[in-house]
Amino acid sequence: MPHALSVVFDSLPYLLQGSFLTIGIVVAAMCLGLVLGICMAVGLVYGNRFVKYLLTAYVWIFRGVPVVVLLFLFYFGLFNFLDLQFSAFTAVTIVLGMTTGAYQANIFRGAILSLPKGQFNAAIGLGMSELQAIKNIVLPQILRMSIPAWSNEYSIILKDSALAFVIGAPEIMARTQFVASRTYQHLSLYITAGIIYFLLTWAGVIALRRLERHLRIPGYSHQGNQ
Amino acid sequence: MMTETDQILRVTDISKSFGGNTILNAVSVKLAKGEIKVLIGPSGGGKSTLLQCINCLVVPDAGAIELENETIDFRRKQDLYRLRQQVGMIFQDFNLFDHLTALDNITIALRRVKKMDKNQARQRARLELDQVGLGDKEALYPAQLSGGQKQRLAIARALAMDPKILLLDEPTSALDPTLIGEVIAVIKGLAVKGMTMIMATHQISLIYNLADEILFMENGRIVEQGPPAALLAAGNTSRSQGFCDRLNELAEVDG
Repeated sequence: MPHALSVVFDSLPYLLQGSFLTIGIVVAAMCLGLVLGICMAVGLVYGNRFVKYLLTAYVWIFRGVPVVVLLFLFYFGLFNFLDLQFSAFTAVTIVLGMTTGAYQANIFRGAILSLPKGQFNAAIGLGMSELQAIKNIVLPQILRMSIPAWSNEYSIILKDSALAFVIGAPEIMARTQFVASRTYQHLSLYITAGIIYFLLTWAGVIALRRLERHLRIPGYSHQGNQ
Repeated sequence: MMTETDQILRVTDISKSFGGNTILNAVSVKLAKGEIKVLIGPSGGGKSTLLQCINCLVVPDAGAIELENETIDFRRKQDLYRLRQQVGMIFQDFNLFDHLTALDNITIALRRVKKMDKNQARQRARLELDQVGLGDKEALYPAQLSGGQKQRLAIARALAMDPKILLLDEPTSALDPTLIGEVIAVIKGLAVKGMTMIMATHQISLIYNLADEILFMENGRIVEQGPPAALLAAGNTSRSQGFCDRLNELAEVDG
């Protein structure tokens, strides 16, 4: 075992460098998903029938097809077909962002529907446009409500980001596999990779829980999230 | 005598249906500056929908609305925004913005709609909070206020927009009986200052003391209208009289 441990120690800096790329993928994908999710949720609730059909189809496709299939489809298929020269990092970020966007759309849609409709009417009644009411009244509340569900989404995307290794992005999983296949210390190295993923998940979830507490509205308890 | 120019609001033959059910059937209302009309009648009679149609929260299917002799084009968003800004709405269940303090519940529309800067908006909001007796509550959130305080805040929020008309949709119906008094006092104060109002209410003291005219609504139509002195005169057999008698009996059972 000492040999296994020394391999882990020697390769740790190399593996941890990969975690920067992992974090980069997750942060970028979550941000893309947030923007897509908010826009699609607004469309799903307030849009006309055509918009709703279109967005519902999008959500079904990204929920129904495995991420790894989407990744190959986009990276080797679609991007090639469109003659787009995207790096593996960009490709993974786009695919994960579009996938989490579909899930986040459903999270935000549920939150909008759980918000008493009267508040939207009150904002409109004061002379705000629909867009102003959504921006100033609806979004600040539903984003708060969605933090617990959003932190689930974070942990799922963090773990899905390991799939980036199949198209060669040098993140944690790819680097672990690279070292393991050369040193044959599979057990200790994959335990190490698992621990790194676990710690990243833990840190992110704790940070989001802090954020949730920080943003809590005094005297007000959100329904359905406790 | 009321002349055409005294009229601040003219609602002519507005109708509204939801999924084949006619909720409003060619209803007309005229309102002079400073006038107070009270809507009464059974639930489902169309009172709430009429009020929501008057500031186009619900856009009427047919009919016309004129505010200060300007006809509102229901298809033009800008017309709707302008109408709503000038016609304030008070809801039964307050509809305060839960994520904002009492002060910011008022400043948000001043800043976004009236484009006031932050300090201007705050000054105005504090003035309105003082007017409804909530001067010391500006930092509290809606969930930290009592029902009566919530409704007073909702009234302050509407008044800050300088509405020409205030619509009140059963403003005391969601309140604990012990909290109704403070809201009634604020509404009476508005009447004294000459605020033009249309109010749906089952609060007998508001009907008797404030109404210049009672509109009795049933099945989407105004079936009876007139000043309370006439409609509620002793021995009168009007629908309004019968309705108010029943409200009085209920109040006595309650009290």
